[in-house]
Amino acid sequence: MIEVIYILWLRQLKHYWRSKARLIGSLGQPLLFMVAFGFGFGPMYTRASGGANYMDYLAPGIVSMSILFTAVFSGLEVIWDRQFGFLKETFVAPISRTEIMIGKTLGGATIAMIQGLIVLSLTYVLGFRVPGLGSLALGLVFMFLIALFFTGLGLTIASKMDDMHGFQLIMNFLIMPIFFLSGALFPLENLPPAIYFISRIDPLTYGVDGLRGVLTGMNMFGIYNDLAVIVVLSALICTIGTLLFSKIEA
Amino acid sequence: MQNILSVQSLTKKFDDLTAVDGISFDVEAGSIFAFLGPNGAGKSTTIKMLTTVLKPTSGEIRINGFNVLKEQDKARSSFGIVFQDYSLDSELTAYENMVYHSVVYKVPKAERDERIKNALQIVGLWDRRDDFVKKYSGGMKRRLEIARALVHYPKVLFLDEPTVGLDPQTRKSIWNHIMTLNEERGMTIFLTTHYMDEAEAMADKIAIIDHGKIIESGTLEEIMERTETESLEESFLKLTGRDIRDENGNGGSKMRFMKSMGRRHGH
Repeated sequence: MIEVIYILWLRQLKHYWRSKARLIGSLGQPLLFMVAFGFGFGPMYTRASGGANYMDYLAPGIVSMSILFTAVFSGLEVIWDRQFGFLKETFVAPISRTEIMIGKTLGGATIAMIQGLIVLSLTYVLGFRVPGLGSLALGLVFMFLIALFFTGLGLTIASKMDDMHGFQLIMNFLIMPIFFLSGALFPLENLPPAIYFISRIDPLTYGVDGLRGVLTGMNMFGIYNDLAVIVVLSALICTIGTLLFSKIEA
Repeated sequence: MQNILSVQSLTKKFDDLTAVDGISFDVEAGSIFAFLGPNGAGKSTTIKMLTTVLKPTSGEIRINGFNVLKEQDKARSSFGIVFQDYSLDSELTAYENMVYHSVVYKVPKAERDERIKNALQIVGLWDRRDDFVKKYSGGMKRRLEIARALVHYPKVLFLDEPTVGLDPQTRKSIWNHIMTLNEERGMTIFLTTHYMDEAEAMADKIAIIDHGKIIESGTLEEIMERTETESLEESFLKLTGRDIRDENGNGGSKMRFMKSMGRRHGH
């Protein structure tokens, strides 16, 4: 069991490591957001908040963003596996779908974590400072949970998709709203009721809030509440994903 | 002789279409069994059910004594399969593909390297083991898939049109490998092909399926005698008619689409 999960995990890490273009390319977006928003909105934020540094607010949001995108992508990669036929090879092997799901979720989550760590170290260059090792350790826990949830979500969606045609739909109507309304870029205060509601059912909201809480001390819902929400949601999505996954036919 | 594969009233219904309609047949251990039929006759659906990719609507399948539905993993360990379409990970090396397969098929760790080496030597790819699969030609990929299917020592090897799109040299070498496996290891071979000469030369027993039913089966001689023909190709055409088939129920539009695509891409 452990070895099967390991080999599935290893395969995804090899894919990630060998695709340098993807590795570097996917750093472009968070970097651009950091620079454009950080320096663009920074002065406004400082004035409105009465002296706070926007980079402190933004950095955990951008780290979460890079994890979100990488994780969802990794999950959706199963669709490629299906189109290139490799999924069949895995599906006729004498292993359970649960093992496959665990291996793939951990693989995707690990990649998203690495990506998040790279972005976190880039924020250092732009002036963001993690207060200490304790906060960093707690930050890693939140980063891993965000990665786990969104890889699970990607896999769940992938088990319902036959090809990449629906990709734009997923990106623009699910992933982008999840990102923009999570409080990653701006505080979720004084919002119109509809937006307020969406931001409260957005899973990333709690991930970002928790990560920001442990890294900077700015926190809305309480760190343990954030932790509880994201743990429960991760468990839920992985269960749903495994159920849907066990039904698909290669 | 003992039956390694036994199929009882196997049926698969899709919404309004019965793709496989209550077929039964047995395959003797150590034999080569050719499963033939026009496009859309139900061949691929049958192979998918035999190899646990698709769930049957009804019927029973036993491989190596294991019920394919109830003892799925034991049945899965008993066969190897080369799918019609390539099913390799092209971003991994040939050797890494083999290791992946050994692990998911639970080949004991101590035997892994030796078995992989053996299998790759059989198909002549040992020297190219560290190349990425994306650099392989079509024939090399097929040989690698055969090697991969051997690593867990299957009792039955399913080959779904394994030589489609390959040049005559490669086809010949692939069939030679398969014959050797059958003769030296007593491995049962279950194959589908559209090349009647291949089936004629290889198969101990032949079954012809059309419209989801087995319309003829037996040895080559028996089939030729019953259909009063001189070759398998003639028997096949006599039994299944000369009309060109669409792939499936909605295949008509697909065929037209493919034709118009074909012109543009010069197929």
